[in-house]
Amino acid sequence: MSKTDSKRWKPDVALLQISEPGASPDPHQRRHVVGIDLGTTHSLVAAVRNGVAGCLPDAEGRVILPSAVRYREEGRTEIGQRALDQAAADPRNTVVSVKRLMGRGRDDVGAVLPYDFVDAPGMVRLNTVAGPKSPVEISAEILATLRQRAEDTLADELFGAVITVPAYFDDAQRQATKDAAELAGLKVLRLISEPTAAAIAYGLDNASEGLYAVYDLGGGTFDISLLRMTKGVFEVVATGGDSALGGDDIDAALASWALGQGGKVAANPHDQRAAAVAARAAKEALSGASEATFACALGGLPFSLAVTRADLEAVATPFVERTVAAARLVLRDAKAKPSDLDGVVLVGGSTRMPLVQRAVGEWAGRSPLIDLDPDQVVALGAAIQAEALAGNAFAADVLLLDVIPLSLGLETMGGLVERIIPRNSPIPTARAQEFTTFQNGQTAMSIHVVQGERELIADCRSLARFELHGIPPLVAGAARIRVTFTVDADGLLGVTAREETAGVEAKVTVKPSYGLSDEEVARMLGESFRTAEADMVARSLREAQVDSDRLLAATATALADDGDLLSPDERIAIDAQMARLGAVRGGDDRFAIDDALKALSSGTEAFAAERMNRGIRRALAGRRVEDI
Amino acid sequence: MSFDSDDFALFGLPRRFALDAAELAARRRTLLAEVHPDRFATSGAPAQRIAMQWTVRVNEAFERLKDPLRRAAYLCELHGVPIGAEDNTTMPPEFLIQQMAWRETLDDASTRDAVEAIARSLDAHRDQAYAELAHALDDGGAYDGAAQQVRALMFVERFAGDVEDRLEAMEA
Repeated sequence: MSKTDSKRWKPDVALLQISEPGASPDPHQRRHVVGIDLGTTHSLVAAVRNGVAGCLPDAEGRVILPSAVRYREEGRTEIGQRALDQAAADPRNTVVSVKRLMGRGRDDVGAVLPYDFVDAPGMVRLNTVAGPKSPVEISAEILATLRQRAEDTLADELFGAVITVPAYFDDAQRQATKDAAELAGLKVLRLISEPTAAAIAYGLDNASEGLYAVYDLGGGTFDISLLRMTKGVFEVVATGGDSALGGDDIDAALASWALGQGGKVAANPHDQRAAAVAARAAKEALSGASEATFACALGGLPFSLAVTRADLEAVATPFVERTVAAARLVLRDAKAKPSDLDGVVLVGGSTRMPLVQRAVGEWAGRSPLIDLDPDQVVALGAAIQAEALAGNAFAADVLLLDVIPLSLGLETMGGLVERIIPRNSPIPTARAQEFTTFQNGQTAMSIHVVQGERELIADCRSLARFELHGIPPLVAGAARIRVTFTVDADGLLGVTAREETAGVEAKVTVKPSYGLSDEEVARMLGESFRTAEADMVARSLREAQVDSDRLLAATATALADDGDLLSPDERIAIDAQMARLGAVRGGDDRFAIDDALKALSSGTEAFAAERMNRGIRRALAGRRVEDI
Repeated sequence: MSFDSDDFALFGLPRRFALDAAELAARRRTLLAEVHPDRFATSGAPAQRIAMQWTVRVNEAFERLKDPLRRAAYLCELHGVPIGAEDNTTMPPEFLIQQMAWRETLDDASTRDAVEAIARSLDAHRDQAYAELAHALDDGGAYDGAAQQVRALMFVERFAGDVEDRLEAMEA
């Protein structure tokens, strides 16, 4: 049912690219990029090499890195299988399924987790022998391990990475993921949704066209996405799911059922972990066998129980029913019927369960497609997208058009929510809203942004409070503050504000409800033992040089293609800015490079706009010809 | 054609209510293939910012044109007849009576069949209303009447949403 770890796509292109990347005349032309699936239970890194996307193995040949981090004394940290092996022995210091804690507060996470949570508002923190750790820092350990693996395999520094997140992740969860990547020293080219990544790998592999549902049930998250695939364009029509529903929940329910059958209780964190591990093993065995044994040590004494597939299915049914309800809602949002689907793709380890395959088949009225390895397909798709974003030669022509999974709203009087961007709106998107002051001389105001589908503030998730300062003091109701909410291609929210009567830019300060402030991220970056100061300086210089090369190359191409859009004076100005940047880029004066970079960047802004207008006119004209 | 063109011009479509949804989606793909920020991932900040603005503009127009009610409202506005739903709450008495009758039927409906029957009768009403709207906009240029029809349909669509919610609740 599953293929091996490498997947072919565009085989004709693979044949064309016969030389090793390193053998090309200019090795810097090729940018090494990866796709990373940062999963609840395990994580993978993939890259496109010689036209083929494949997951990168560690020194022992394993592609899967268990998403487990164990903190030990004296700053030693174990990551992956070694950490997982100690999960039951050292539950407080061994963090598994950290993804479920990303962008979450203490009240959001269940009480049964064996960790010592720091009692504080905002995103949860865990007390470990190595001190308090945020889920962002813990995830960064996993990402840094994968980055190291990739740099060892590719024998080069990474230019950047595409990191996948569940489609149903809210803004806080996405931002936390991006912060973790930054801590791990990874440049995020784009955050993309897991089902979308899977659709890329699947769609390119099978040259699929039409309307597809991707059902992605992982360890801790569930997504259902509806995508229309047309000639390399992957357009998300609607998405839904539950960012706290996955195989972990089935494990926990099975463990509690099994203990109940034997009249046992998991009295401490060790027992809880041991029971969860036993449940997972029994569940996985029952995907192939009709009977398995649930076996673990409780308080040092062995306990075992025979479990049938029917037992497991009885326990798992309520969870699977929730996924099917979400799938129905997504079809409704898309105003589509199951019969409109051209196919259903299964992703995520939990879709190996026969119960899941049956339930999805019944919902869709057709057999789901399971011909790709459900563990690897997300990382492979991310790698293909990374390659396309890096602009490397021979990259697949892929364009992702995604949507926002949850509505964005504002708190209004009386604890009500005013919706500003409805769910399933295509991104990037922007909405402007006008506010006024309600006191004489008021110079500041606070805007509370929430995410969710309910009418009441209390039922939605708080994202952030934006404070606007610098409003000119006027009588109540006279100021007109236009606040623009943008959601970028990563699905991340940004806010800008402008006072319309005086035309001043209001200053916006962000206070994330369950996220890290910029200052906290900066502090963690500074504290990170991985990034010694000398490294940071060298790295930022190298980044400035890479940025310079990029901009110089892009400007040269732009001038060659559309130089005729410029007046002679404009051309002279741009040439001078290019010459200035070209002169400093090879040196080690980072600030001189930054200055020249900024000058060329802003000097070409109007030109870039003109080019885009021309591109659009060209696109429209081309289409009209086709129409005839 | 520029950033300030109206939505129809942006998509290269005639200013009409009648519209082929597949064609609209195809044109969005063509436009976004030109302007999406992913196309400029290596081209520096200015190009990315402009790409973002263009993509937002294309997406905004797409959402407006895709939805028949929003498209109709937009056409009325383009022809100088804004919908102004907040300022125009007076509806004809026969429409209000119809509304109340529907609401009462839905309140009384206790079986799935009964709710589905309401959904069917609503669909028929909707189809007819949209056909009239298309005629008023595309054949008659009767924008005042069309605007009134748009306001009525806003009520109908809200009620249709309630009916769907009820069906969804019965399914779960």
